[in-house]
Amino acid sequence: MGSDRDSEHRQAAVSYMRRTHEYYDAQGFEHRYRYAHHEDAPFTPLSKPLTDCSLALITTASLHERAPLAPRSVASGSTRTPPDRLFTDDLSWDKQATHTDDLESFCPIGHLADLADAGVIGALAPRFHCAPTEYSQRATLDQDAPEILRRIREDAADIALLVPL
Amino acid sequence: MSLVARYLEAHGVPTVIIGSALDIVEHCAVPRFLFVDFPLGNPCGKPWDRAMQRRIVEQGLHLFETATTAQTTVHSQEAWGDDDWRRRYMEVTDANRAELARQGEALRAQRAVRERRS
Repeated sequence: MGSDRDSEHRQAAVSYMRRTHEYYDAQGFEHRYRYAHHEDAPFTPLSKPLTDCSLALITTASLHERAPLAPRSVASGSTRTPPDRLFTDDLSWDKQATHTDDLESFCPIGHLADLADAGVIGALAPRFHCAPTEYSQRATLDQDAPEILRRIREDAADIALLVPL
Repeated sequence: MSLVARYLEAHGVPTVIIGSALDIVEHCAVPRFLFVDFPLGNPCGKPWDRAMQRRIVEQGLHLFETATTAQTTVHSQEAWGDDDWRRRYMEVTDANRAELARQGEALRAQRAVRERRS
């Protein structure tokens, strides 16, 4: 898979954790955000060919504009009648370098529907899911992740594609 | 989002992440990760570039079938074009240090007001 090029990529990649620490240090915040850390990860092989799998799409964008203090919870939208836009203003992304006016650049519902039509995947699940992130790792693990799993099972999806902004 | 991927995978749902923050995702350790070295915001390709987006999404899907172990990272070969964003994102310089300190003070003051109200 081009390991020399991968190693060049690795060196060029922005160190977001360091950059974020330096930025908040400069703002005078004393407590550093602790990014989730694990030494290893679970692994579930596909139980059937990709061409037979129904895929659930998960984004960190929001279905609706969110007030700063509004409670955050999992939301789902239709992939059959996708929204024209999703809301991303309260997330950390590079607002100087780019924009999120094109849904397909971060939540590729249209491409996945096309790929389902082309038989690359079995189907695109009827709902996509918006995961509220960037707040509490405990809330992610205790509330949001189980709720997303519940909705994925309800839709009989087999696999999940997650696209954080 | 990496935590969600880990949770789903541990409960029998194979996952792929397409993302642009290599260090954060690998620090968390996830099953399958397509790294797209773009400014944060458009991990599935440049806005309105349908051909590039399709290639990236297909490459992500391909990982479901090709990864055989956890913590498989594949680097997309797609290029953003210019590299200025790498330096500019959340940049701290002598020119903005005082302004950042002022912003921090303002944020803490806002939070204090909220906490008193709640």
